[in-house]
Amino acid sequence: MIVPRYQARVLVHLRPSVLDPAGEATKCAAIRLGVDGISKLRIGKAVELDIDAPNEEEARRRLELLSDRLLANPVIENWSLELMDS
Amino acid sequence: MTIGVVVFPGSNCDRDVQWAIEGCLNLHTRRLWHEETDLNGLDAVVLPGGFSYGDYLRCGAIARFAPVLQSLMDFAAKGGRVLGICNGFQVLTELELLPGALTRNQNLRFICEDASLHVTSARTGWLKAYGKEASLVLPIAHGEGRYQCSNDTLKQLQDDDCIALRYGSNPNGSVEDIAGITNASGNVLGLMPHPERACDPATGGTDGLSLLQALLS
Repeated sequence: MIVPRYQARVLVHLRPSVLDPAGEATKCAAIRLGVDGISKLRIGKAVELDIDAPNEEEARRRLELLSDRLLANPVIENWSLELMDS
Repeated sequence: MTIGVVVFPGSNCDRDVQWAIEGCLNLHTRRLWHEETDLNGLDAVVLPGGFSYGDYLRCGAIARFAPVLQSLMDFAAKGGRVLGICNGFQVLTELELLPGALTRNQNLRFICEDASLHVTSARTGWLKAYGKEASLVLPIAHGEGRYQCSNDTLKQLQDDDCIALRYGSNPNGSVEDIAGITNASGNVLGLMPHPERACDPATGGTDGLSLLQALLS
């Protein structure tokens, strides 16, 4: 039996209440470049992975555990999950 | 009396801690490689500064899963004294032995300088010798020392008298100028400044001596 493979992308961002100084610095550079209209710029991380699991529900369960316990620190970060069939 | 000094791949203050404890306090140390699990016979454990596992992902995030730290959780739960310095403090928050988190300095710079500190709580043995409101100077050297926590956590820290040290002049944007905190029972202390670098007049001061001495209190 072939175990399905899922492609996932976990996006990790600092919580809105936590200052993102790297984002602020990049915003300043964007303004110097002459790009107008940017009111918010926040930098996060994207983690891309492939995972083999019997079904989507199980893949999602494992990825949620991974995101919550390792990829993000819920004290200062939020995460979101995108899951696709490979 | 033997003090354990944890060594992760990427730790770089482990020898400084060892030197301070052995050379300045005349105590024995035992280096604990990250894969060790036996903490028997240790009176206290220090998590030194550095860049454990390259600080990949987040400072302390990968170290949290080291076998030695699973044993450390039991050690701390039984009341064993645990001191986390700089990266060690970051590891303690990732382990959830201490609340909150440490993230990038507000000015985005790695800051390496002497910091004036105030003892906010002398409740625990760690800072009793200094006394509440005492001032001391310890070196800081970090890029990610901005202490962050929720308002609820901050209130809990205040209610439990767990804010141990504050910066005189906040260098990194930490909430409430926090430089170091303890857990509620007081056996675990995490701080960004480096007491081991202030244990001999030859290196600029001895304000860190009493703090390391408290490993035995």
